[in-house]
Amino acid sequence: MCNSELRSIEQSLAAFNEHGIRPVAISVDSPDVSRNLAQQAGYTFPILSDPNVETIRRYDLVHAGAGENGHDIARPAEFLIDSSGTVRWVNLTENYWIRATPEKILEVGRLLK
Amino acid sequence: MTLRRLNWPLWAGFLLTIASVITFFSFLVWIPSTRNFPWATLLMFAVAAVLLVLGARRAFAAQQAKPWRAKIGAVILTSVCAFFIAAFVFAFFVAARWLPASTNAPQVGQKAPEFTLSDTSGKSVSLAQLLSTPINGSAPKGVLLIFYRGYW
Repeated sequence: MCNSELRSIEQSLAAFNEHGIRPVAISVDSPDVSRNLAQQAGYTFPILSDPNVETIRRYDLVHAGAGENGHDIARPAEFLIDSSGTVRWVNLTENYWIRATPEKILEVGRLLK
Repeated sequence: MTLRRLNWPLWAGFLLTIASVITFFSFLVWIPSTRNFPWATLLMFAVAAVLLVLGARRAFAAQQAKPWRAKIGAVILTSVCAFFIAAFVFAFFVAARWLPASTNAPQVGQKAPEFTLSDTSGKSVSLAQLLSTPINGSAPKGVLLIFYRGYW
């Protein structure tokens, strides 16, 4: 599911860039795991590693014990942040199969100045 | 077993159930419109359920030399399918909602918490850098942060 979402972001990357929006993915995976994922799936946007769930915790997105071997991971979430660093749109899905579509995000993204 | 005696609705229902699960995970999950609400998979399940019911009725009405064989087969196949369908529905509509509430997540209008994390080459990248590094030669208008569960 995660991969399905990242793939739809990659497919819409040109549209995001055209609107001046930089998609950035964050998970607990190590840089090596993320690099393998990016290479295999052809992702070209930045993928960042938060193995100790520090940033994930600061954003209150820790899904305790939900990862492999009971590791803490991030719950799925998206934030659109404008150039001043202010949050302009948040999506905290209630069902991890359901994610925001690129079209929906771009609807909001178009309004950024 | 001759073709005439083969309980085709039962087997068709069974194969369609298996196919529904396989097509979802191999194909439909990649398409937002069939993933965000799995209508295609649920439709296939519904058709499969009708076939299974028809097949089961046929098995129980059968006038055969060994009627128990058809009946046991129908019970087993129908149960297996019911399990798959129930497991899918449970995973999608129940278990997938077991997520933390995240009530203290940054809200619209608030400043996004600053962070510095490693990218795939191990280089440190901060939110401030992501917001200021030009995209195709012009200043970015925004950053879309996508938190995901991880590749596990």
